[in-house]
Amino acid sequence: MTEIELLSWARGPGLQIATVIFVAGVVIRIFEIFMLGRKANLAEAKGGEMSGGLKTMITRTIPDRTTFKRSSVTIVSGYIFHIGLFIVCFLSAPHILFLKDIIGFGWPSLPTPVIDAFAVVTIIAMLATLVNRLTNKVMRYLTNFEDLLTWFITFLPLVTGYLAFHRIGMTAPTLLAVHILSVELLLIIFPFTKLMHAFTLFIARWYNGAISGYRGVAS
Amino acid sequence: MSATLEKGINAFKRQIDSSVASFFSSCVHCGLCAEACLFYTETGDPKRTPINKTEPLRRIWKSEYTLFGRVGKMLGLTKKVDDKLLEEWQELVYDSCTLCGRCSMVCPVGNDIALMIRKTREGMAAAGQAPEGLIGATNRSVTIGSPMGVKWPALRAQIRHVEEDSGLKIPVDVEDVEYMLLLSSMEIMNFPEFIEAVAKIFDKAGVTWTISSEAFEATNSGIQIGVSDIAAELVQRIVDVADKLRVKTVISPECGHAYMAIRWDGPNLVGKPFNFKVRHILEVMDELRQQDRLKVATKESQKLTYHDPCQISRRGGVIDEPRRLIDMISDDFVEMPDGGKMNWCCGAGGGVSANERADEIRLKVFERKKAQLDEVKPDAIISACSNCRIHLEDGLEEYNMEIPLLSLTETIAEHLAED
Repeated sequence: MTEIELLSWARGPGLQIATVIFVAGVVIRIFEIFMLGRKANLAEAKGGEMSGGLKTMITRTIPDRTTFKRSSVTIVSGYIFHIGLFIVCFLSAPHILFLKDIIGFGWPSLPTPVIDAFAVVTIIAMLATLVNRLTNKVMRYLTNFEDLLTWFITFLPLVTGYLAFHRIGMTAPTLLAVHILSVELLLIIFPFTKLMHAFTLFIARWYNGAISGYRGVAS
Repeated sequence: MSATLEKGINAFKRQIDSSVASFFSSCVHCGLCAEACLFYTETGDPKRTPINKTEPLRRIWKSEYTLFGRVGKMLGLTKKVDDKLLEEWQELVYDSCTLCGRCSMVCPVGNDIALMIRKTREGMAAAGQAPEGLIGATNRSVTIGSPMGVKWPALRAQIRHVEEDSGLKIPVDVEDVEYMLLLSSMEIMNFPEFIEAVAKIFDKAGVTWTISSEAFEATNSGIQIGVSDIAAELVQRIVDVADKLRVKTVISPECGHAYMAIRWDGPNLVGKPFNFKVRHILEVMDELRQQDRLKVATKESQKLTYHDPCQISRRGGVIDEPRRLIDMISDDFVEMPDGGKMNWCCGAGGGVSANERADEIRLKVFERKKAQLDEVKPDAIISACSNCRIHLEDGLEEYNMEIPLLSLTETIAEHLAED
């Protein structure tokens, strides 16, 4: 297989397979959750379930003061890498063009040097989360194989994307093919790992806020 | 698999619903919940991280309720729940958690971890893996009617004393009244002043009320140990009497988990809405205050702070009421750092105080409360839970701190206006 054939496989059938697994997997996982159902609360309400749930979906993004003080490294590195990942993924010009080809519409991008800077910052932040995970007593205790695997597979597209953009180490088509394949790997493992939190955290936050809101407490 | 373990596993399964599934699906092992838990912050032991306490329940969810987990189970790849695991987790689930719910407030993905631990207890208890102290308290609740073994003659004797001291009549088994007051055994045995305080407040406010000789116990060991059937039976006793006496509102006394049990869990345990309302004594007093039926003549001269009982504030929703009441009797009130819905637990709720095995860690984690108090340096602490009160007194003594503890209801009663 030539590098051009590899690239077209990655852009064609490879991407299709990965997307199908990703979409089907996510749908199954979310279906699995809602299928279980939940009993209605029979106690007299003191506040709103829906309003509490919706509120917590947003407010839980901001930590309380004491938590921030006690876990600042985890929170700051987590914030930077999530925001950075979002910006690099969805606001870089080549990505928008790529997605426009598939979904038919695009949106404004950020200037290339800005994206480049964000990529570097995000890579550093992700390395910081790994060091934190391996040195923080609690995180080290909780960490399992899946935590390291998902870290690595999230890190790969960042690094391969950076290398592809700067054409470091290999020819351009090979670099691009490797970058796309790394994204496909991410899509494939996504539904079966904790990466699902990107979707389910909104469900979890809603339940948390609803349970508290019903009792008149803003969580 | 032994029959008890199977019972436990079935109980775990019954606890899984869409909320639990979304919680487990979302955990990223960030460890933030550890820093919200006094059992971690004061011991530094990572196995006491709140989410880790739910491990048995997580394993059941993963292997039974996820596609990937079911495939893994068929291939023999999933981690099993066995007696050894449950034995090891007993200390984490019962001795190292007061169900205070602070972790549930900080989890960035929104997991209600306290609820997950509460649910884990259902499986643990069914598998015969609950601490002796809690089993004893639960058995006494079922057979005698009180976790401390307090029977009606004991309460009747206390009521007589209160009547002699106060000159007020304590209504017993009166029908068609506005309120039926429940009590905790702790109040009956250690703080009968509470009954006198309520009698004085209600006398001045002119409300009709009663205590039932059949169902006076407010606490619910079934909730703490995690046996819903027993919890439901204990709630049903109150429901039957409240319906028989046709009371409009049942009052939960100064006890945190009792409020949770009857106010929020009660109707869900017995499977239907109540015909009466349930209010905490603080809510009742605040309502009377609003209606101008609760008036005070004097104020406390000392610097006061308020200890929020977790099940009343954070988990119960009664946060502003005590502050409005304290405002009536104090010009020198200081909030503890993190006071209100983020207050730190005293360390003895959720059945920890009924579990002798946890005595040492209970006093160890009090250091968190001590740190809060050291910042505020109050002359006295006001609270509204007799379990918190007993433990706070214990902790203060252990750490050689001399700060008196006051009940909010009793303190209000002391300052009542004469007419």
